[in-house]
Amino acid sequence: MKGNEAFAEAAIRAGADGYFGYPITPQSEVMEYLMAEKPHERTGMVVLQAESEVAAINMVYGGAACGKRVLTSSSSPGISLKQEGISYIAGAELPCVILNVVRGGPGLGTIQPSQSDYFQSTKGGGHGDYRMIVLAPSSVQEMADFARLGFDLAFKYRNPVLVLSDGAIGQMMEKVELDEQRPRFTEEEIIKNTPWATTGKTKDRERNIITSLDLDSAKQELHNHALQAKYKLMQEQETRFEMISCEDADYLIVAYGTSARISQKAVDLLRAEGIKVGLLRPITLYPFPTEIISKLADQVKGILTVEMSAGQMIEDVRLAVGCRVKVEHFGRMGGIIPSPTEVVEAMQTKIIGG
Amino acid sequence: MAEITKEDIRKPENLIYKKTELLTDKALSYCPGCGHGTAHRIVMEVLEEMDIQDKTIGIAPVGCSVLAYEFMNIDMQQAAHGRAPALATAVKRLNPDKFVFTYQGDGDLAAIGTAETIHACNRGENIVIIFINNGIYGMTGGQMAPTTLPGMKSSTSPYGRDVHMMGNPLKMTELVAQLPGTIYVTRQAVHTPANVRKTKKAIRKAFENQKLNKGLSFVEIVSNCNSGWKMNPVQANEWMVENMFPFYPLGDIKVND
Repeated sequence: MKGNEAFAEAAIRAGADGYFGYPITPQSEVMEYLMAEKPHERTGMVVLQAESEVAAINMVYGGAACGKRVLTSSSSPGISLKQEGISYIAGAELPCVILNVVRGGPGLGTIQPSQSDYFQSTKGGGHGDYRMIVLAPSSVQEMADFARLGFDLAFKYRNPVLVLSDGAIGQMMEKVELDEQRPRFTEEEIIKNTPWATTGKTKDRERNIITSLDLDSAKQELHNHALQAKYKLMQEQETRFEMISCEDADYLIVAYGTSARISQKAVDLLRAEGIKVGLLRPITLYPFPTEIISKLADQVKGILTVEMSAGQMIEDVRLAVGCRVKVEHFGRMGGIIPSPTEVVEAMQTKIIGG
Repeated sequence: MAEITKEDIRKPENLIYKKTELLTDKALSYCPGCGHGTAHRIVMEVLEEMDIQDKTIGIAPVGCSVLAYEFMNIDMQQAAHGRAPALATAVKRLNPDKFVFTYQGDGDLAAIGTAETIHACNRGENIVIIFINNGIYGMTGGQMAPTTLPGMKSSTSPYGRDVHMMGNPLKMTELVAQLPGTIYVTRQAVHTPANVRKTKKAIRKAFENQKLNKGLSFVEIVSNCNSGWKMNPVQANEWMVENMFPFYPLGDIKVND
């Protein structure tokens, strides 16, 4: 299956109630697949093509506010349009899953894969102090896995979860193992598990209001403190990463998504030359695996970050490392995927020989 | 003749009017003389009379009525500016057995939310849209709205709206009446008891349409903004009758029964 299709199928099987999207390359297969699958007949899931990305993310807001499992997907320019809605969703503490199949920018950029939306994804692309859990798949299997994991984390924290993929992972085909169909929430489950949801005010409870507004500054500050406490909890409990050949590593590559797969090949090539290189692959970009990178900085002589961007994640790696060892960036932009030999060369010139 | 006490007056048989329980006791944040309070009341009265309050979800806009959820004693969501019809679309599609309405001003619905409004109407979402049109941005302090009349003064058209420079007012209600998805489109007002009754009837019809899964009902209420218009409430209502009604004539625009 294609990565985009695996994500769509996994979303149905995760018990999604609604998908709201707008076509954009290279992620249109998500909605195409969903429409062709008729999830309304399979599970009762609603799929709607909205008039814009702006409308789609606000449909997600409306659905999430009812305690439903809802999602949207887009690619970079469309994700920029969704930022207003994402900020409101974060402010109103609503659970949802958003997929960004990143393409090169800025502007209309290109339809080829890129990783240049890291800042937007991890530092809060919309207004206000908020964070999303950001999951970075590096395979079609993870595209599928993160649809379900995304929903579970979103509901655990009442927070939007972003799956930050890229055009390569979205378009490429791999074998994938899919979970069994999980039932959608029943009305009773929604009332029990998400008592804050707008399900219609019955006589036995006060009315439920979903809003991000509080004109009382003291209360708004308290709300912000509560959000920050939640984000701290996410940092403590949800940081995910993969370590490859790090045990004896003298040098380290930090890379996620497509770049991590290329870097894994580069690690093999470098090790074949007798250079002990390891790969640290962040799976959550927020929360960022700061602690393990800091620990590895005591072990290695230099770190190369590989990103399909001008170097965005490198700022978080440098924050984790401080000035203990050299941290350099290698990347390609504009939709170009670096080759493993380019990564090998960058490691040799920028880190080992640099 | 015996003296009438307060207790006598309060006897149930003497009760001729009672505030609906679907309005909270919180004091309205609207300016004295504003039409929002009346519009809130009749929407809530309709829900109560139809006994659908426990399965109704309202969507509040950005604007003067951003805090509508403080006054309406039902489950509500507060939308980003102009996006209420998008929220309502999802809420209704995911909960077809619930009643869903948006309550929006003219800046929200006819400027920043034009796309969401037109497409929700065109798709024929089975929802009710209540559109309060006072020809001005009240909340932000009286700026020109998409509905501001030609020549009308506002803080961003201080010499009057020059249509050659600032464009024409948008008759959103006539516009959505052209779309196949709307089933009932009407324009009403709430400045006299007779108009309040008519408006309430229209809102009732809109929710009855939703009950029958007929499609989208769109109820515009032409209202005043004495603060934004820099008039007292009486003057504002007179000005509304003399200037707003000729441009935004009252009555049903589309009724598909």
